[in-house]
Amino acid sequence: MSEQSDLPELGLVSLLRFAWRQLTSMRTALILLLLLGVASIPGSLIPQRPQNPMKVQDYFTNNPTLAAWMNKFSLFDVFGSPWFSAIYILLFISLIGCVLPRTFDHLRASRALPPLTPANLDRMEFFQTWEGDGSELAQSRKWLEAKRFRIREFEGSISAEKGYLRETGNLFFHLALILILVGVSLGALFGMKGEAIVNVGDRFTNTPTTYDSLSYGKLFRDQSLSPFVITVDNFIAKYDPATNAPEDYTLNVSVVSKPGATKVKRIIKVNAPLQFGSTNVYLQANGYSPVVTVRDKSGAIVLQGPIPFLPQDANLTSIGAIKVPDSNPQLGFVASFLPTAARDKVRGGFSIYPEALDPKLLFSVWTGNLGLDSGIPQSVYRIDTSKMKKIGLESLTLGQTYKFSEGSISFDGVTPWVNLQVVRDPGKMYSLAGGILAILGLLGSLFTRRRRIWIRMLANGKVEVAGLAKSGVPGLENEIALLVADLKKDGK
Amino acid sequence: MTHSSWAYLSNYLVYSAMGVYTLAFFAHAYETAWAVRAPQGKEGERTEGSLMVKTLDYTRTEKAGRIATAFMILGFLLLFAGVISRGISAGRVPWGNMYEFSITGALAFTGAYLIALRKYDLRWLGLPVSIFVLLILGTAITVLYRPSAPLVPALKSYWLVIHVSAAIMSGGVFLLANTIAAAYLYLDSMEQKGERKEWAKRLPSLEVLDQLSYRLVAFVFPLWTFAVIAGAIWAEHAWGRYWGWDPKETWAFITWVAYAAYLHARVTVGWRGRKAAWLCLFAGSTFLFNYIYINIWGTGKHTYSGL
Ligand code: HEM
Repeated sequence: MSEQSDLPELGLVSLLRFAWRQLTSMRTALILLLLLGVASIPGSLIPQRPQNPMKVQDYFTNNPTLAAWMNKFSLFDVFGSPWFSAIYILLFISLIGCVLPRTFDHLRASRALPPLTPANLDRMEFFQTWEGDGSELAQSRKWLEAKRFRIREFEGSISAEKGYLRETGNLFFHLALILILVGVSLGALFGMKGEAIVNVGDRFTNTPTTYDSLSYGKLFRDQSLSPFVITVDNFIAKYDPATNAPEDYTLNVSVVSKPGATKVKRIIKVNAPLQFGSTNVYLQANGYSPVVTVRDKSGAIVLQGPIPFLPQDANLTSIGAIKVPDSNPQLGFVASFLPTAARDKVRGGFSIYPEALDPKLLFSVWTGNLGLDSGIPQSVYRIDTSKMKKIGLESLTLGQTYKFSEGSISFDGVTPWVNLQVVRDPGKMYSLAGGILAILGLLGSLFTRRRRIWIRMLANGKVEVAGLAKSGVPGLENEIALLVADLKKDGK
Repeated sequence: MTHSSWAYLSNYLVYSAMGVYTLAFFAHAYETAWAVRAPQGKEGERTEGSLMVKTLDYTRTEKAGRIATAFMILGFLLLFAGVISRGISAGRVPWGNMYEFSITGALAFTGAYLIALRKYDLRWLGLPVSIFVLLILGTAITVLYRPSAPLVPALKSYWLVIHVSAAIMSGGVFLLANTIAAAYLYLDSMEQKGERKEWAKRLPSLEVLDQLSYRLVAFVFPLWTFAVIAGAIWAEHAWGRYWGWDPKETWAFITWVAYAAYLHARVTVGWRGRKAAWLCLFAGSTFLFNYIYINIWGTGKHTYSGL
């Protein structure tokens, strides 16, 4: 009876122990590593929501049923999926379960002396023996000490060991991987990321409402936003006239890092963000905002200022929407902007150079209901014309005005805009430290050979030398040959 | 010299390097083919056969081999000069598009071979190495060629120099390790059918090949780790995040994990031979896939192929 009641408990404990041993075994680590690699592959071949939401949407429109199925398996967000997380969490549990005991063993081993010289050296590798003159033990001790072997002398023999750095480096490497994971998690939990389009001449204040898009880590608080204000003074883009490719972007800004601080001038470049503690401000994209004035029938101004347009190609042919909700009836201009205008029969108007050398604003004029208060968020670059009527079509060069039945629009100027990306990542220094440690650990581990050398003086005056290289790495043979040559030379 | 004459010079140097590699290829092929008929034993043991058989021996083959290696070195130097003058013509490091990545990659590959040659008996590898280099350079000048031009702003960073040079050097060694692993598999299947063919008898034993590809991988794995981390640091500078699972980053990660698995398999689970060679080939292919497929057909932020 007692047998019956004992069995399940024993079974559970030993089952757990068995599972733990399995999980922390080398074979499992290898399988999990391979799985991690293979599991990443779909993430690079299937469009991913965090990287490319538009492409995912296209996928849904083109293959609705297939996409729905793929969505069930998180195939559009592989790196945030439960199965991907399961793999790396198991891997890291296995890693900790494997590395911690090894760390303790290693600490113990590095304080201990090398093991005793084995009884039969002639069974070991690289065995040599010769007629000595008695000085060999002291001689080899000197030689081995100079090479920084750990030495244990015992009853006419020396046991020397070197290469503990191999294990130390390996442990550091694996522990550093944990540090990288910690850094990544901190960034995901306490970080934030936002983007804002700012016209040259305008000011950006770091508060949630000034962003066009903003996302927070799960544990981020609003008040963690650094209270800086950036004024965009000017933006210079240089292009190569031969290829139209951009050569250099320079953004000049004035910065007030916190309320009451003095204003300072700064430069932001593509590879040189502005830093406020762990918050960085990046120059991500740029384009043009045509400056327009729209008047109603009475001549009163209903809209004035720069309107950011969205670039469509390398020459900054841009599309945009000028929405005038305050006129009666509402007005909308579906527009494109060409910094250096050209036209042909196939494409219509397009830009042939990214600088605003010969700017042109093309648009159709619509009147009716813009649908702005329908509750559905609208793109600022597009107009829903389903409840509107087209009443005009025109293209303007700089300074020109177009009059239509409901009012007029003038094309007054062009202002560049820049897209500022604000990122706070409090974990990145941990990841960086982890990365550096990982490399140092690897170098220590992969370039150190762990090996033992033994010397014994026999009663009959013979000297015996042998060695052992862990995991069969080559090189020990030469080392022993050098030692033996040294002993024989000095002995003579 | 003007920028365009540097660009012309660079092209001529790359063409001449190809010419010299072709000579190296023929010399290696000659050496390998010749060895087939080399006498196996002492003088006069093989009496049947033609006069030629008697007069041929390893010392003559040795000469062809030395000439082949000399051509490899000359090709390396010419290509090196070609890459440098390409850089001068553009006024920057020569790593701005896929043509430039490819010629530098070919340079790294032959460089890895020549360095490994100093330490190991690897001359026999010259044949596949010269074929690969010719293929890479041939594709580069025909399909990938772009006129020399300045860099786009995102590439203007000293991290470009650090990250790309580390990645290209790693690639060169990975390719070499792959060539050796492939040779292992080929010779292994030959041995399974019986004895090695005559020409292959000169090549090292399977154990040596197995060790060699492991040593190469163990040697570059830290460098590749560094290349990935340098890339992450650069991405942080340019795009505001150090890791974003962009396709290129994802494949760099896959390559890293695959080689980590390879090292694990060898060191801890004790894989040797065929299994290890296949894993090595798989890991190397992920690197090539990243380079070729993601650069040309991939999407994402890393679109610097210039195609
Ligand atoms: C994120 C997962 C892991 C990665 C990327 C990784 C990577 C590596 C690499 C690259 C090596 C070879 C370089 C060196 O010796 O330092 C290695 C060795 C080793 N790893 Fe891991 N590993 C991981 C997880 C694990 C786990 C879970 C275990 C234990 C179950 C483990 C145990 C070992 C051992 C014992 C060695 C060999 C030490 C030696 O004798 O040199 N690793 N690992």
